[in-house]
Amino acid sequence: MISTQKTETVSIVLDGEEVEVPAGMNLVDAAALFQKEIPHYCYHPQLSVAGNCRMCLIEMGTPMRDRGTGEAILNEDGNPKIGWVPKPVIGCATTVSPGMHVKTISEKVTDCREGIMEFLLVNHPLDCPICDQAGECRLQEFATDYGRGYSRYTERKNVKPKRTRLGPRVTLDDERCILCSRCIRFTQEVAKDDVLGFVDRGSYSTLTCFPGKELENNYSLNTVDLCPVGALTSTDFRFKMRVWFLKESPSICTESSAGCNILVSSREGEIYRITPRRNDDVNDSWMTDSGRSLFKKVRAEDRLAVPSIKQEKSSLDQSIQAAAESLKDKKVAIVGSCHATLEELYLLNRLSKATKSKKYIRGHFGEDDGILLSADRTPNLRGALASGFANAYPRDNLSKLNSDLKKGVVDAVLVVNEDLLSSGVEAESLLGKSIVYLGTHANDTTNLAEVIIPTLTSFEKKGTFINRSFFVQGFEQSIPGLPGLLPDVHILSKLLDELDNENKVTSDFSLIWKNLSSPPNSPFKGMSFSDSLRGSLKVDGAKWKDLPFVESNALHYKK
Amino acid sequence: MKLTEDTLQKIDEVISRYPDKRSASLMVIHLVQEELGAVDLEASEWIADLLDLQPINIRELITFYPMLREKPWGETHVRVCRTLPCALRGSYATCKKLEEKLNVKEGCVSSDGKHSIEFMECLADCGEGPVVMVGDQTFENIDEGKAAKLAQLILDDKLGDTKEFISYEKAVESIQSSKS
Amino acid sequence: MISKKIPKERRVILKNADDPSYSNKISCYIKEGGYDVLKKSLKKKPEEIGEEVLKSGVRGRGGAGFPTGMKWKFLDRKSGKPIYLICNADESEPGTFKDRQIIHKDPHQLIEGMMISAYAIQAKQAFIYIRAEFFEGAKILNRAITEAKAKGFCGENILGSGYSCDLVVHRGAGAYICGEETGLIESLEGKRPNPRIKPPYFPAVLGLYQCPTIVNNVETLCNVKHIMEMGGETFSKIGKPNNTGTRIWCVSGQVKNPGYFEFECGALTLGEMIYDVCGGLLPGRTLQAVIPGGSSAKILRADERFKGTHKDGTDFDWGIEDIPLDFDGPMAAGTMSGSGGIVVMDNTVDMVEAMANINAFYAHESCGQCTPCREGSLWMKKISSRMCSGDAREEDADLLLSVANQIEGRTICAFGEAAAWPTQSFVKKFRKDFLKKAKTQKRKKDSLQLI
Repeated sequence: MISTQKTETVSIVLDGEEVEVPAGMNLVDAAALFQKEIPHYCYHPQLSVAGNCRMCLIEMGTPMRDRGTGEAILNEDGNPKIGWVPKPVIGCATTVSPGMHVKTISEKVTDCREGIMEFLLVNHPLDCPICDQAGECRLQEFATDYGRGYSRYTERKNVKPKRTRLGPRVTLDDERCILCSRCIRFTQEVAKDDVLGFVDRGSYSTLTCFPGKELENNYSLNTVDLCPVGALTSTDFRFKMRVWFLKESPSICTESSAGCNILVSSREGEIYRITPRRNDDVNDSWMTDSGRSLFKKVRAEDRLAVPSIKQEKSSLDQSIQAAAESLKDKKVAIVGSCHATLEELYLLNRLSKATKSKKYIRGHFGEDDGILLSADRTPNLRGALASGFANAYPRDNLSKLNSDLKKGVVDAVLVVNEDLLSSGVEAESLLGKSIVYLGTHANDTTNLAEVIIPTLTSFEKKGTFINRSFFVQGFEQSIPGLPGLLPDVHILSKLLDELDNENKVTSDFSLIWKNLSSPPNSPFKGMSFSDSLRGSLKVDGAKWKDLPFVESNALHYKK
Repeated sequence: MKLTEDTLQKIDEVISRYPDKRSASLMVIHLVQEELGAVDLEASEWIADLLDLQPINIRELITFYPMLREKPWGETHVRVCRTLPCALRGSYATCKKLEEKLNVKEGCVSSDGKHSIEFMECLADCGEGPVVMVGDQTFENIDEGKAAKLAQLILDDKLGDTKEFISYEKAVESIQSSKS
Repeated sequence: MISKKIPKERRVILKNADDPSYSNKISCYIKEGGYDVLKKSLKKKPEEIGEEVLKSGVRGRGGAGFPTGMKWKFLDRKSGKPIYLICNADESEPGTFKDRQIIHKDPHQLIEGMMISAYAIQAKQAFIYIRAEFFEGAKILNRAITEAKAKGFCGENILGSGYSCDLVVHRGAGAYICGEETGLIESLEGKRPNPRIKPPYFPAVLGLYQCPTIVNNVETLCNVKHIMEMGGETFSKIGKPNNTGTRIWCVSGQVKNPGYFEFECGALTLGEMIYDVCGGLLPGRTLQAVIPGGSSAKILRADERFKGTHKDGTDFDWGIEDIPLDFDGPMAAGTMSGSGGIVVMDNTVDMVEAMANINAFYAHESCGQCTPCREGSLWMKKISSRMCSGDAREEDADLLLSVANQIEGRTICAFGEAAAWPTQSFVKKFRKDFLKKAKTQKRKKDSLQLI
């Protein structure tokens, strides 16, 4: 999502047409606003300008003025005479100024692009058949537009180290590198870990790390996304799938409250990789490496696949029935999760009201890295607060539940995706209590559960998370869930039907959102689920501003 | 990696003359190279540490500049200019003759580590080409014939004493002012 | 072509350089009236010195020929950031060896010129970026600076004026690209010397440490001393309008007496320089071509005629010997005077090999930052080397021209033009040699090996 803040505009003439563009923008971005592509390699909107690929060369001119009088000089036809700069200029380094004339397409510009294209291919190896970047390679894309179609180069190409290990997750092929320096600028400016550099000079320049050091920081895979060619590739994704077979669906990362926007690449229901999605308000174009590997959990060995009653396999309907039976007329405790979506937490809240149960929730915390891995390792803690499920800032344990179990205040527990035994609840406290477990993976608690209803991961359902900056971000289903299972909202609404005769709430998202946004002080006033899918929606977090949020200052977040 | 007190002092003094520590990188690398002959990986890390930089920042410089080395040249290093003005006066023949006499190919170090030849770019003394530098002394007008003699003097280690070849630098330094 | 009157040098900068009784110690310099001009200049206002330099019309002697007074005017004095002065003593242009003489033989002239310039632009600190191959030169400069400091001519509180400016000698390490002003600044900052994009990084605004910086050649800074000595007006009368002062020309290649000579701008022609001053070619040889301004300049054929109209309306019709040696003369002939390095080639030279030698130089010295120069220069070198090793093809000449045309004007710095111009001019003017090479695959008879 490109930021749509209103700023002042200037008027320029783009290919003969007068247009308004935001002030301070460079020409590459300005032309993109009007669907005119200026091809480029080294430029990236969120990194400093290097200007070394020379692919974005365009013609620029300003109206000529008489030196003496300052009057505009006119052509015969009355239009102002344009003083075109004799040499082409690079678009990425040129900021728009009022009255400038720009030609993004002309004979000279095409000649420049063809020339640069030819030079880039001169020492580039013929690796397309074995290169992962094929299908999303900018060299391929611009070669179709500006390539010569045949090579005039009959000399020997430069030989450089191939398929070397640059880091634990990144593979480097120096021959493919076009020396755009995006990766170096990224590691210096964003990841703040200066390990990459060029050695040697001229055409023999090679990207490398210092011998003994590696590109191993938690943002190393962003260089793979940044690299316009196949020089930097992901070791995990290497040779797994051709990108044109992949379906890309937008989603939200669940690693922490940073709420990075992601793209899930899948084929026939299998996820092959996760890449970041651009969101200028949340994560720029980056995400952590650790967040990318979360998709492996979908096919993990300990994934719960079949519903069970008393550890015996069962069907979904029967399990829901059995669950309702276990909870009916008991002193119920509902353990929610900060990993649950806003809609699920809303339904859990309704459930707790209907069964008059006590609510418990814990947070998961870790160290804040100041960039995109926040100290709050759950995606929706603020969703728990906003839905009303949590009334105080969650602690990192459930010892209150433990003591309540011991006291006998609670005799049945509905757990959503939390391992009680590693949250400070003792096994003996759970003796004789009915446990209904809704979750995705097996753990010590599921071994004790009476009813297990497997649920779906964030990739297999839709929902909304609220991130650390109080942005409401919705996501849709990316891959089909395991056979025979349903999303959490369906299970919870069925439970509600069983436990509350007057239940009017269903799993219909528009109904849930209507209920969420209708109360007079609701922070979600006027919002719908489809709004949250289109972009990050800011909600007012003032109500909770005095809570002890653990996150530190980071990218796009100020405490 | 040990450096003498003298070098360490010079390094400190050099760093203090620049407003920014990083600017002193080249000068520090020169000082280290002068003493150790080359700046290997251990030395690069030491220099990076000293200047609050990353080792890759130092390695980038060493591999960029031809005069900075990770492996040392021979004890006596001979540089022959190969750019056009000197080439027009026969520097290619000069280099060949030196290779032959010193028994080492250009770009390489002799097996006993004593001699090395570098066929390099313009040494900025084109009027007196072919130009040959031995160590830090610049010798002018070294055609093929003179190259043979020069090589012999290098092998015999008598280049410093001879009157036959006076380097540019010696000629300048030998001028004592009679105007004072 | 022997003329009756051999043009006389006018040694302003090199006045004492080859005097066998003149040493490079400070005592000698002071005896000859050294540092008096500094004393006088410090009594003036800095703007006045800038005015004198502007009035003198002196143009940069490093190769670009940009008026120095104008360059100083572009300096951003209002930013509040410290100002720096850098002397570009990284003489690496093939064919040029004039700064070597000044540094080794008369270093105090440079120091005085620098101190005056530093005072004029109110620089906080001054650097001399000297090439590493001048081992002794760096030692001489350091010694000279220590001597000058001891006498209060540089460093703290210069001559009690209250103005302080420290002078630091910074050694390069063998890269031609460090002669480019922004490459030099990057190298001084301790990074890889990749030139910066202009706009926005004009040194006068965003230079060293992103502060306003002036980068000038050694000869230009020495000229500042002489301008202040004789006055800008007087200086502007030496030479010709727009080509003021004296220039040091370095002649190399196949002449009898190569060397360096200082003449007033326009005082002699190229023919007089080659035949009269340098004694002509070696016996039995005739002139084939001349490169007038260091290897970056376009080559001139000996049998070419240069016709056109000057800016003032007069026509000219020159042979190669008639080209006046100043800034505008070679420019009118379609080349440039550059750094003043004249390389003379006689009829034995194999032109394709000469071009291959130059291409190899540029390919080796390219910094590798931007695509056209990096790939193009190496491609041209590979083609020309292949042509000289028995594998030339007829289409190679056109291919070289096409590649060179794709480099020119598309690069970050002027190195692109410097690499492209030799190839363009060699191919255009000596096309027959290229075609002959493709046919015979042999080096021209009697030519020395050049690649």
